[in-house]
Amino acid sequence: MSDALTPVAKPGYLWTRFRRSPLAMTAAAVTLLIVGGALLAPLLASQNPFDPAALDLSNGLFKPAWLEGGDARFLLGSDDQGRDMLSALLYGSRISLLVGVASVLFAAVMGVAVGLIAGYAGGWIDTLAMRLADVQLTIPAILIALMVDGLARATLQPAVHEAAAIYVLIFSIGIADWPQYARIVRAATAVQKTLGYVSAARVMGVPAPVIVFKHILPNVLTSVMVLATLGLALAIISEATLSFLGVGMPPTAPSLGTLIRIGNNFLFSGEWWITLFPSLTLVILALAVNMLGDWLRDALNPKLK
Amino acid sequence: MIIRPFLILLATSALFASVAHAENVLRWSSQGDAMTMDSHAQNEGQTRTFAQQVEDALINRKPDLTKEPGLAVSWKLINPTTWEFKLRAGVKFHDGRAFSADDVVFSFKRAQMPTSDLKDLITTVADVVKVDPLTVHITTKGPDPILLDEITNIFIMSKGWSEEHKVAVPQNYNGGEETYAVRHKNGTGPFKLELREPDVRTVMVKNADWWGLKDNPHNVDRIIYTPIRNPATRIAALLSGELDFLLDPPVQDIARIEASGMFAIQKAVSPWTIFLGMNSGRKELTSSSVKGKNPFADIRVRKAVNMAVDVNGITTRIMRGFGQPAGSLVPPGVYGYDKSLDTHLAFDAEGAKKLLAEAGYPTGFDVRLDCPNDRYLNDEPTCQAIVGMLARIGVKAALDLKPRTLHFPKVQTKQTDFYMYGWGTDTTDAHNHLSFLSLPTSTTNATEYSDPKLFELVNAMATEIDVAKRDAMIKEASVRLRDAYSYVPLYHPIIAWATRKGLNIPITLDNLPHFQFARFAP
Amino acid sequence: MIQHFLRRALQAVAVMALATLVAFLLFNYVGDPVSNMLGQEASREDREGLRERLGLNDPFVVQFARFAGKAVQGDFGISYRLQRPVADLLAERLPATIELVFASAIFAVALGVSLGIFTAIRRESWISRTILAVSLVGVSLPTFVIGIGLIYLFAVTLGWLPSFGRGDVVQLGWWSTGLLTASGLKALLLPAVTLGLFQMTFILRLVRAEMLEVLSADFIRTARAMGLTERMINTKYALKNAGLPVITIIGLKLGELIAFSIVTETVFQWPGMGLLFIQAVSFADIPIMAAYLFMVALVFVLINLAVDLLYVALDPRLRGRAA
Repeated sequence: MSDALTPVAKPGYLWTRFRRSPLAMTAAAVTLLIVGGALLAPLLASQNPFDPAALDLSNGLFKPAWLEGGDARFLLGSDDQGRDMLSALLYGSRISLLVGVASVLFAAVMGVAVGLIAGYAGGWIDTLAMRLADVQLTIPAILIALMVDGLARATLQPAVHEAAAIYVLIFSIGIADWPQYARIVRAATAVQKTLGYVSAARVMGVPAPVIVFKHILPNVLTSVMVLATLGLALAIISEATLSFLGVGMPPTAPSLGTLIRIGNNFLFSGEWWITLFPSLTLVILALAVNMLGDWLRDALNPKLK
Repeated sequence: MIIRPFLILLATSALFASVAHAENVLRWSSQGDAMTMDSHAQNEGQTRTFAQQVEDALINRKPDLTKEPGLAVSWKLINPTTWEFKLRAGVKFHDGRAFSADDVVFSFKRAQMPTSDLKDLITTVADVVKVDPLTVHITTKGPDPILLDEITNIFIMSKGWSEEHKVAVPQNYNGGEETYAVRHKNGTGPFKLELREPDVRTVMVKNADWWGLKDNPHNVDRIIYTPIRNPATRIAALLSGELDFLLDPPVQDIARIEASGMFAIQKAVSPWTIFLGMNSGRKELTSSSVKGKNPFADIRVRKAVNMAVDVNGITTRIMRGFGQPAGSLVPPGVYGYDKSLDTHLAFDAEGAKKLLAEAGYPTGFDVRLDCPNDRYLNDEPTCQAIVGMLARIGVKAALDLKPRTLHFPKVQTKQTDFYMYGWGTDTTDAHNHLSFLSLPTSTTNATEYSDPKLFELVNAMATEIDVAKRDAMIKEASVRLRDAYSYVPLYHPIIAWATRKGLNIPITLDNLPHFQFARFAP
Repeated sequence: MIQHFLRRALQAVAVMALATLVAFLLFNYVGDPVSNMLGQEASREDREGLRERLGLNDPFVVQFARFAGKAVQGDFGISYRLQRPVADLLAERLPATIELVFASAIFAVALGVSLGIFTAIRRESWISRTILAVSLVGVSLPTFVIGIGLIYLFAVTLGWLPSFGRGDVVQLGWWSTGLLTASGLKALLLPAVTLGLFQMTFILRLVRAEMLEVLSADFIRTARAMGLTERMINTKYALKNAGLPVITIIGLKLGELIAFSIVTETVFQWPGMGLLFIQAVSFADIPIMAAYLFMVALVFVLINLAVDLLYVALDPRLRGRAA
């Protein structure tokens, strides 16, 4: 945890360390590449794999372009529906990243808010919030996500459910993770509250929200950042896992996990590209984000240098 | 630490135990489990496969679907509406009870009860009467030319056993009822049900007292069935030698299985049709934003949907040749099949769009397409491809994929606008397909298409004994049903069975294996 | 310490109460028990009669109390899909999941802790660096990708190990075990490794970080200055102090193994509770979902209590306060 009086997270300091770590730079480059590809998917992709009308069965099962039986239009080959694998990867990463980032944001915002309030207010509010966090931490994220999805499936109409699938995913992955943020933010806030400058501000009559947001929040953000980066990798994997289990994104709007689930059917039939490329993309993305998170944590924690 | 040698002892003794017997164990798999062990409660493929290992009908079917004596040794028509059956003597149920005419009467009455899913098969049966312990009379409401075909599906249960276990009434499947018969079976057939763990494992053992063993001395001692939903796991299990027989190898893997040299693949066109149904009967579709009218009520829309679906694309790309494009609901191999009717409307997306525009839907409309995802080979990708084909003419189909146990009740209770379904023959006669897929009373017809003349023809062929007249009726009904376009016939599946070398199981055309015909090489 | 324990026990009760409430809400409001039991064609009178008999017209609190009472006795109604009492289904599937989870926990803890200690003590060696690099890949590999990869390699390509199921099981009373047959043990190997790998890498990294933290602490420096041997320092002081947080986290991770067994069981067609649950989710089989939630919450609570006990046993300070 960063020491409040001597904040180590100066951007300049981080940048210098970053420039000195080839591993971190590679990880950042790979992450940027995938994120860029995902953001620019509509421009880069040769077809929109989410538009059923764009798929043509007669384009099905082309091998990657560099192999015999490949087609230049389908650089990484195509699946049985005539979906261009490269386009599917670009759009699929888009969904995976969107779900990952949104659920982490959701968890972080909720956790930080609860943590700040609990830490600053103290008393029974603190106790209640933290006990709730304890209770929720005992139940693994994936299970909460499955429960939420099961509930949505049982209550929503199928057409609505399909359209809402992405929100259900974001909510179910996000809701499971807020206690982690709440815990560290609350601990840091409780410490900060007793420090001189906060007491001074209080005495001077600065309203509580101002103290919390202006003085305390910036000091806990570095820890939140580390947690969020590592959480992003986990969230991407969680989304893929749910989609692989068939309770995430539908096959008509596939994420990386859905693509792996579909590709899994072709594992033994020789059409290895349908499953290999989405799996590789997912693992590389998660690895790069994990490396970044790892590096960030070590960089912010001088003890582990 | 005392526990360790004990464990090893147990482990080795278990090992030796299995070696000593050297049983012929047939381990097989497919993607889904039987829905129930109560063979009257569901008329579904896998449920029937399990039934026909354990139970017998009065008349059984051979792998080529021809009839052979089952619990009846002979039968004759004694007047136009009465059949007399002489029953097999000395037959015992697996629990030791003796089989007699009482069981036959009981089983037919049971199969006609409201909760029975087989009742539609024997609607013509007026009464079943015991004449003496080994003779029964089945009387029909009118002359029934295909009664013998229909009763091959009515499995005979023990009256005493059913009453003892309070299962004299079939399980109410769609109502979610649990009975003793859901996990237990007591038949007269070649195998006894030893263990039933739904979704996990079903074990059957050879019935050493089976009446048919003399004429059919099979050497299958034990059958272990494990449903494996995930196709990759299923194929991995086969390739790694953990299965002897796979009923439904994924079509994309068949080349690889053959190339491995360890398995034999048998292929056959099955008397099945996989199709889509459109509900043209209701006032407005429940899943469409079009209100106040039903797009499917307009024959031009139904025709457009038929034209938009490229069945050749589906059979070559998705099914990889393991499907024969269909134009007729009556499949090949069934009496009354007419090849000239079995051509799908030519694929023509532009023409389909024009028809839609004429019908007042120039920009199409939206509807939900209900599909199973664990019933027919590649059902999920097939439906996905259809969504794409329909999108090209502006019909936005929201795909709802459900396991068969959720999908079938939706069709059976007519809670669907647009659905995928398949029908295989129960009787090897066209009447079976025509009646089940057109009559409004049928639980397997959710199209709600109404054509009194068609209904009249279908009902009339059920009692017409003049062959020429009946053939003409079948033809006329087939044409009427086709020209209504209330269905989109997709393909007749070409089934492929993968069997380990050293084991021979003759392929059964209806895709429901009979393991008493299986033989392990010595 | 008594206070500490009371607080934990209270928390356990709160978790169970919450889980029961969610299960109850699921059961009563998401799935309509009446139409699920009677089917579509039932008459109005039948429905009303059943509502009355099931007590669905009673006040909310009464209904909840009744549900909780039944849940405590293990009565969760009948599965919509399999038409069997949920309690029976869970009891049948429980041994498979427990055996899988324990096997992978042993694998993850044994390997994770020893590799973690190794990489912390030999920080600079190339073996440690390789292990660490590989472990990062391990954390980034989704369970299902590992499972599919292992099946492809060990079952299909090499043909050494089975690809699905539990092998032969032996019935010991109501408990079915795969640990007593050769085929059962072989079948356990791949799923256990698949399930444990992610947690193993996680434990490895955690143990390493804690050890490093402790090794740089003042009292270790003092011990070194006093001339104690490295081995003595590592085992007697560092390990013991690094152990406490590790145990807490490992306790939580055990719970995660149960949750992730859902994925492993799906890939390996392992007939446990996870497979039952995932099918229940896609079939919207509410009674099973409700019961599974209740069961898993119970297991977690028990694990957490056990971890607390261990914690007390290992931490002399907490023990001191008890005296």
